[in-house]
Amino acid sequence: MDWQGQKLAEQLMQILLLIAAIVAFVVGYVTASFRTMMLIYAGGVVLTTLVTVPNWPFFNRNPLQWLDPSEAEKHPKPQVVVVVSSKKKSSNKK
Amino acid sequence: MHSFGYRANALLTFAVTALAFICAIASFSDKFSNQNPSVEIQILNINRFKKQSHGNDEVSLTLDIAADLESLFTWNTKQVFVFVAAEYETPKNSLNQVSLWDAIIPAKEHAKFRIQVSNKYRFIDQGHNLRGKDFNLTLHWHVMPKTGKMFADKIVMSGYSLPDAYR
Repeated sequence: MDWQGQKLAEQLMQILLLIAAIVAFVVGYVTASFRTMMLIYAGGVVLTTLVTVPNWPFFNRNPLQWLDPSEAEKHPKPQVVVVVSSKKKSSNKK
Repeated sequence: MHSFGYRANALLTFAVTALAFICAIASFSDKFSNQNPSVEIQILNINRFKKQSHGNDEVSLTLDIAADLESLFTWNTKQVFVFVAAEYETPKNSLNQVSLWDAIIPAKEHAKFRIQVSNKYRFIDQGHNLRGKDFNLTLHWHVMPKTGKMFADKIVMSGYSLPDAYR
């Protein structure tokens, strides 16, 4: 799952669950049935799980573009410059 | 870190939070139901009225209970527990409550009823103060919701009295 896919999965999860909760509550309240509310919500949770938990292909539409190895070689890593302070060393020896 | 387990965990957490919210709202929605239960109790007969060998008065009576508790039921009500208590004052106790009959009403369809029963539990005084005693019959109810707080209320009916002599 790529970065865009992760964001999408997170948002889908929250939106779907909120919709399921609202629909469940409204239907349950109107039909005066607590059981209906619970069943609708449970259905919503199962659906959301199926949509957002597995790593579906549509979460991988924006794969990360890594630099080619040849491209990387043209821009070598900056060398770490080690500055040795002679003063410190001498003070340590004392 | 965005693995199968992470997503399942996040979903479960959010789902349970949302569930808690809708249950809380369901419980809150009960506040808007107007409750007007009614009850009428008659004493049909005093079957027995005597002093027990160890000195306490005991009464056996037949009650006619007609109640309409349908308005106590909302969509969030699991069941209603009702009981009828005889309440009276004696020199020893400022309030005596003796439960005479109780029932569990499991559904709205059973909430409107009329029954004639003799007392289910023995009506025994703590002492011998019952001759000619005026007492109240009180219908108490406890509403047990599916989610939320249990609450109780009662209807007090006064003007009942016991005979002046044992029989």
